[in-house]
Amino acid sequence: MITIVDYKTANLGSIVNMLKHLGHASRIAETPEQLQGASHVLLPGIGRFDVCARNLRNAGFVDMLSQLAFERDVPILGICVGAQLLTRGSEEGDEPGLGWIEADTVRFPELDDKNYKIPHMGWNIVSPRLDDDLFTGFDVPPRFYFVHSYCMQCDMQQSVAGQTHHGIDFASAIRRDNIVGVQFHPEKSHRFGMQLLNNFVAMSRSRKAVSEVMG
Amino acid sequence: MLRTRIIPTLLLKGSGLYKTVKFKNEVYIGDPINTVRIFNGKAVDELILLDIDASRDARAPNFELIAEIVSEAFIPLCYGGGVSDISQIDRLFKLGVEKVAINAAAIGAMDLVKEASAIFGNQSIVVGLDFRKSLFGRYERVVAGERDKSRLEPAQWAAKAEAAGAGELLVYSIDSDGSMKGYEIPLVKAIAEAVRIPVIACGGARDLNDMVEVVEHGQAASAAAGSFFVFQGKHKAVLITYPEEAALAAVFKS
Repeated sequence: MITIVDYKTANLGSIVNMLKHLGHASRIAETPEQLQGASHVLLPGIGRFDVCARNLRNAGFVDMLSQLAFERDVPILGICVGAQLLTRGSEEGDEPGLGWIEADTVRFPELDDKNYKIPHMGWNIVSPRLDDDLFTGFDVPPRFYFVHSYCMQCDMQQSVAGQTHHGIDFASAIRRDNIVGVQFHPEKSHRFGMQLLNNFVAMSRSRKAVSEVMG
Repeated sequence: MLRTRIIPTLLLKGSGLYKTVKFKNEVYIGDPINTVRIFNGKAVDELILLDIDASRDARAPNFELIAEIVSEAFIPLCYGGGVSDISQIDRLFKLGVEKVAINAAAIGAMDLVKEASAIFGNQSIVVGLDFRKSLFGRYERVVAGERDKSRLEPAQWAAKAEAAGAGELLVYSIDSDGSMKGYEIPLVKAIAEAVRIPVIACGGARDLNDMVEVVEHGQAASAAAGSFFVFQGKHKAVLITYPEEAALAAVFKS
């Protein structure tokens, strides 16, 4: 079943509501043991990076998540700070991230432009890379709702699943095989968010195996 | 860059949605849950839900109803009305509300705004400021149905709210409310020029051109409206509408 990690740093109501609306059963894991048997894992997160990173570690989730991600190839989706946790760390704090994707979380630069504001808050376009199954089925360029002051920058273009422009270009979706992170809030992004969550749920464990065979 | 946000404002009275003229003469629009469901299907940018009786009746938000509404709103929703302490704000966020507007409690030293923005982050706290023009042409703030006697100018109220930690201001012109004759641009401009935080203008919109106007001349960051999204034709038949993305992208430079 789709399992949402509850490490007390996000309001899970909106995500649960959207999954329910889409007809996907989900459950909430308050302990690592409750992640056992998850078909898909959602890692939401809002607030300060250090608080999120510390809560996740202190609740003992990291080993289980890493086992699911790397040994069982379970699709994992980080949302907002949950996505930033997949990077090595953030300029917002001192705690290390999980470092599962070769990327850093940095503060948006100060730019001399009246229309450029931090936080980046509102709807913006995500330009997905071609053929990424997380972004299939959109008839128009997908728009998503963002609220953040720090953004992700990847070492390699191949980790960028989607790109957005706000003052600078940043990675609004990062990915390494079955591990995905999105900076925006699909649960607040009506039909675009619904399509993206459906795409995520359609991702199966076989993807990594397939990409290895394909070379 | 972000496109200007266009936001339907829904007024809650009891368990129904109403539309007012000058904050009076309520006309029934419909059931809130169903209306939010329709707006959700039309891919709106955001919704503002204001309980127009809560502060006047000195009661707390109707959490049960808000929970039901939020469960149908897969979009950012800003709630205002009767918000008077931190525990209420905490409860609203837990329900899935994205932003909370503080209006009647944003007076004096604005302690609740300070405390709330420190706990929940500036971006999630909106301060609602309602103004009416006096016989002498001064803009007077109206708080919970009563004229404020502090004689502060709109720009001064705005600066106070920003200093207290508001992430956004919702500026409502009571005289323009329901008039469908355009926004009160001088009011919006006076406030937008006084602060760096985004200003949401509300009251008076009849069409997209009015919205472009209040952004270009009033320096609003976002345009909110009631009648424009719920009435159709000169007899004001109730019909929920929202412009297509292509129409919005064409008039608002992104």
